[in-house]
Amino acid sequence: MLHDRDRIFTNLYGLHDSGLQGAIKRGSWDGTKMLLEMGRDWIIDEMKASGLRGRGGAGFPTGLKWSFMPKVSDGRPHYLVVNADESEPGTAKDREIMRNDPQTLIEGCLIASFAMGANACYIYIRGEYVREKERLQAAVDEAYAANLIGKNNVHGYPFDLYVHHGAGAYICGEETALIESMEGKKGMPRLKPPFPANMGLYGAPTTVNNVESIAVAPTILRRGAAWFAGIGKPNNVGTKLFTISGHVERPCNVEEAMGVDFRELVERHCGGIRGGWDNLLAVIPGGSSVPLLPAEQCQELSMDFDTLRNLKSGLGTAAVIVMDKSTDVIQAIARLAHFYKHESCGQCTPCREGTGWMWRVLTRMVRGEAQKKEIDLLLEVSLQIEGHTICALGDAAAWPVQGLIRHFRHEIEKRIDDFTARNTGDTVIPVAAE
Amino acid sequence: MSVRRLAAVQPESFAFTPENVKWAKGIIAKYPEGRQASAVISLLWKAQEQHGGWLPEPAIRAVADMLGMAYIRVLEVATFYTMFALQPVGKHFVQVCGTTPCLLRGADKLMHVCEKVIGHQNHVTEDGQLSWLEVECLGSCSNAPMAQINYDYFEDLDPESFEKLLDDLRNDRPVKPGPQVERACSGPVGGPTTLLDQSLYDGSVVGSWKKRFDETKAAKEAATVQAATEAAKPKETSPGEKQAAKQPTDKTKGA
Repeated sequence: MLHDRDRIFTNLYGLHDSGLQGAIKRGSWDGTKMLLEMGRDWIIDEMKASGLRGRGGAGFPTGLKWSFMPKVSDGRPHYLVVNADESEPGTAKDREIMRNDPQTLIEGCLIASFAMGANACYIYIRGEYVREKERLQAAVDEAYAANLIGKNNVHGYPFDLYVHHGAGAYICGEETALIESMEGKKGMPRLKPPFPANMGLYGAPTTVNNVESIAVAPTILRRGAAWFAGIGKPNNVGTKLFTISGHVERPCNVEEAMGVDFRELVERHCGGIRGGWDNLLAVIPGGSSVPLLPAEQCQELSMDFDTLRNLKSGLGTAAVIVMDKSTDVIQAIARLAHFYKHESCGQCTPCREGTGWMWRVLTRMVRGEAQKKEIDLLLEVSLQIEGHTICALGDAAAWPVQGLIRHFRHEIEKRIDDFTARNTGDTVIPVAAE
Repeated sequence: MSVRRLAAVQPESFAFTPENVKWAKGIIAKYPEGRQASAVISLLWKAQEQHGGWLPEPAIRAVADMLGMAYIRVLEVATFYTMFALQPVGKHFVQVCGTTPCLLRGADKLMHVCEKVIGHQNHVTEDGQLSWLEVECLGSCSNAPMAQINYDYFEDLDPESFEKLLDDLRNDRPVKPGPQVERACSGPVGGPTTLLDQSLYDGSVVGSWKKRFDETKAAKEAATVQAATEAAKPKETSPGEKQAAKQPTDKTKGA
């Protein structure tokens, strides 16, 4: 179990002063100048050695990402963009950092920007987080007033930090869509290459990082890569904010060690599954984009990137959505299909047309008003969407559906049988091609 | 994607208040020279705020003129991002999150309350006080089910508390945003299970990590000093070693 002294977000629940003075007392902005004086290479090497994998979902090593930025500027400015467009269903962790522990993020922005030669950083916060944006802006203003950031700050590295907000588009959490959106356009993902590290915001080298990845950096550098790498499991190290939602007694956010056992996580922090452990039906372990896991795979489940990937699911953003046996699992996934249909940017045909198609078929399956051969057809269409789009939204839309069919095909078949039994005679059951 | 169209009935014109014009200039200044288009979302948002919560077509043109953008580009933005309400809304615009984490905890029941109290989606009550919409995940999943009303989140709702909330809003009675049950932000109900160690908050963590740096620094300095002393020492070497030390240099010369 993770000790309190190894937790990075010590004001996660806002029980303490979230202002600058409170944050300083909890250890923020402590010796930041000394860390910067260790140099760019040291910071990047330390981040690499810490084994931190990006906290936005994909789990790409953060230190490595930082090292992709050009070492010397060719005249273009460098940018750090922080992805605070937290919209993955099930995920509500960055919000707590921004409203309760904002100085960890602001200090992280300075350090990461320094390591990448960026003198300006934008935090792109989702539009719905109006109050969080206000809190974050107030924290930025406080840091400016204390001269911790700004043109002539006490750290001797000119640095400006701006808060930018979106207006309700899940797709803007994709890094290139986020850049497009920041440039004042529709949030439609760009083809890669060129990668943002070469040509990102305003055509300049840009790195886009998740809030949590940036906010943990100062503590990692202070306490050392070895400390961070010593928590968790090999290749899946450090601490992680878990958002637990759904059918647990007490849903909450909590910082735990990577690789924490699923049962321990929900029983220790959330009072267990509603109706007892045996009432568990399924878990979506990493936000809506990852396939669900049935209860039998959750008996001993290490919550880390590699274990979950081997089970054909994923840790994603560590947004754990728990479903007990009262859940209509087909409806739960059909609702996610609606989400992806709603949020598809419409740029790529497989995704634009496919997400709506899958949602319509699933809606019928919720009622059982379908034919069994459509299950395979649905699976096939999901495979046609996966991997055939510019960004990963197509994959993200396909995976929950594939997970449903993989583990709950019998449930869909039973629903169809029940419907057919109720509606014998002249009822015409439609086929998928509407 | 969702179908989003401009309202059929539009006002004649739109102009930012002088106060908002000043505010807009401050926003534009956040972006590099020539990149003022980056401010489009912020400005449209402000226009919506100024126009009673929904975005009329003349405002889209006003923003385009202000930023030197083509009208179509700003129209694209206004129709793409779902937080721009293109139709009139109630004074209290209720957005109920209907995505799976909220659905699992009863968002459908909240929507029934909306239908009962307000009517169908996007319908503004006759008194102009309320309208509602089902929206996608609002990122407050461990406080589900929840609704955003104007700028505030109301979390941990149930049909009863929600119906009372709507009634209070309709009658302009004061309401309390945030969790509607006893809990701190997204901490577990009944109090946190972590962050109980009070030494995290008494200031003792400040500087405690520096020991590692001091030790490394001291070790480095010691090594430098030792190396310096050793270099300064007259070395007693055998003639053979001298020869060996010379050889590489000779080879280099020879090459």
